Amino acid sequence: MAAEALLSLADVHVSFGRQHVLRGVSLDIPEGGIFTIVGPNGGGKSTLLRVALGLQSPSHGKVTRRGKLTIGYVPQRVTIERTLPLTVRRFLTLALNWRESASHLQYTLSRVRAEYLLDAQVHDLSGGEMQRVLLARALLRRPQLLVLDEPVAGVDVTGQAEIYDLIGKVRDETGCGVLMVSHDLHLVMAATDQVVCLNGHVCCAGTPQAVSRHPEYLSLFGTRVGASLAVYEHHHDHRHVGSEIKPLGDGGCTHGPGCSHG
Amino acid sequence: MDDFFLRALVGGVALALVAGPLGAFVVWRRMAYFGDTLAHAALMGVALGLLLEIHLTLAIIAVSGLLAVVLALMTRQRRLAVDTLLGILSHGTLSIGLVALAFMDWVRVDLMAYLFGDILAISNADLLLIFGGGFLVLGVLAVLWRPLLAMTVNEELAQVEGVPVAAGRLALMLLMAVVVAVALKIVGILLITSLLIIPAAAARRFAVTPEAMAILASLAGAAAVTGGLHASLAWDTPSGPSIVVVALLLFLLAEVAGAALRRR
Repeated sequence: MAAEALLSLADVHVSFGRQHVLRGVSLDIPEGGIFTIVGPNGGGKSTLLRVALGLQSPSHGKVTRRGKLTIGYVPQRVTIERTLPLTVRRFLTLALNWRESASHLQYTLSRVRAEYLLDAQVHDLSGGEMQRVLLARALLRRPQLLVLDEPVAGVDVTGQAEIYDLIGKVRDETGCGVLMVSHDLHLVMAATDQVVCLNGHVCCAGTPQAVSRHPEYLSLFGTRVGASLAVYEHHHDHRHVGSEIKPLGDGGCTHGPGCSHG
Repeated sequence: MDDFFLRALVGGVALALVAGPLGAFVVWRRMAYFGDTLAHAALMGVALGLLLEIHLTLAIIAVSGLLAVVLALMTRQRRLAVDTLLGILSHGTLSIGLVALAFMDWVRVDLMAYLFGDILAISNADLLLIFGGGFLVLGVLAVLWRPLLAMTVNEELAQVEGVPVAAGRLALMLLMAVVVAVALKIVGILLITSLLIIPAAAARRFAVTPEAMAILASLAGAAAVTGGLHASLAWDTPSGPSIVVVALLLFLLAEVAGAALRRR
C-alpha cells in the first residue's frame, strides 16, 4: 500500500514543549479512499492534519508526499478580517491561476450549489454557505488529495448530511483521496472507507464496521439525521497491562501497532 | 521645478498613491503598531546617517529593514507577545535616536522637521527619491499582489496552496520600511502611519473588493495631501499635521456617508 499511497506518515511524533501531542503515528492515505480521523478532544486530530498538510513539521518521524501532490484544504473555520472587503468570486479566484477560465469557477460553484453566492461578501455567509465556498476553493485546484478539518462544524443538521454526500460525490467523480477529521463518528460512517481513532497514538484503525461494533452505535447508524445529534463517546478505550490489552468499554476494533500507553 | 508648493504637492500626492495599497495591507493585517515602530526607528536611522555621513534615506531604509528582519525572527519565540516586542523596539529605537542626536553637538538638527515633517522644504532630489521609491514599492506590490492578498485572507490556506508565507511577510515589512523612509520628509516620524491607515480606513465602506479599497485609499490620500497643503498655505498651519487633519475629516465624512447609504 505504501508504494501507491498519496501521503504517508511514518512514526510521526509531535511535541510542544513537554506536551506530547502525537506519539508514533503511522498512516497511509490511499488514492480514491475516504479516510476519517475520529477521537476525543485533545487527541491530536488537528495536529495530525497540520502535519499532513506540511503546516507543522514533526519533531520526529517522516512525512512522504507523492511527487507534485496537489492538496485541496478545507479548514475548520475561516475568519476573514472585517476590514477586508471580499466577494466570494474574489475569494475563489485567489486560488486560481489567471489563465484558468471563468467557466471552471462557475462549474465548481455549481457543484457545491453555491452559484448564487458569487457576488456576496464573504462576511455575510452563513456557516454552511462558507463551508461550501471553502470546499469550492479546495476543488478549484483539482486536488489529488482533499483534506478537511471538521467540515461540518457550525453547519445545521440537514446541511451536514449534504456536505458529506458532496464529499463522497467528489471522490466518486474525480477519484481523489480524502482525509478528514470528524467530531461525530456516527454521521461520517456511511461515507468513509477507513477510520482511524486517534488519542495521541493510533489506538484503533480499520473499516467503519470494525470500529463501530458497539451496539449503541449500531442502533444509531440507520437514522442519519438522528445520529448526528448523538454525542461521540470514546467507546473502545482500553488499558495495557503487561502485553495484554484490557478494554475499558465494550471495544471491538483492532489496535494500532504503535499502541503502547499505560 | 522651482515652485516649492508645486514640489510639495507632487511629492505628497505621489506618496499618497503608494500609501493607498500598502495602507490597505496595514489595515487588513493589523500592522499599524508595526508601522509606528518602523517610523520611530527611522530617527535612529537619521542619527546613524548623520554619524556615518551617508544619505539619510538609505540609512533609514537600512535601520528599518534591519528592524523588520529582527522582528520577523523575534516573533518566532513565544515568550513575549508581539505588541510587547514592538513597544520595546519602538520606543527603544526612538530614544536611542534622540540620545545619539543630542551627543552629536557638531550637527545642527531640526528635530521638529523629522518628527512632524517638512514637506514645503522638499527638493528636486527628494522628489526623485519619492518617485524611485514609489515605483519600486508599487511595482513589487503589483507583482506580488495575489500571493500577498491570499496570505492576508487566510495564511494557512495560502500556505497549503504554495504561497511562501514567511517570505511574503518579510516582503511587506521591507516595503513598509521603504515607504517610511521616503515619507519621513513629508509627514514626519510621528505621523507616517496615519497616512497609511486613515485613507484606507476611509475607503473601507465604499469598497466591495480589496483592489477597489486599495485604489480608493490612494485617491483619499491624494485628496488629503492636496487639501492639507492648501489649508496649510491659507492659514499658515504646519503642513504635515494639516494633511492628517484633512485625512481625518475625510474619514469622518466617509463614516457618515457610509452609514447613511447603508440605512437607505
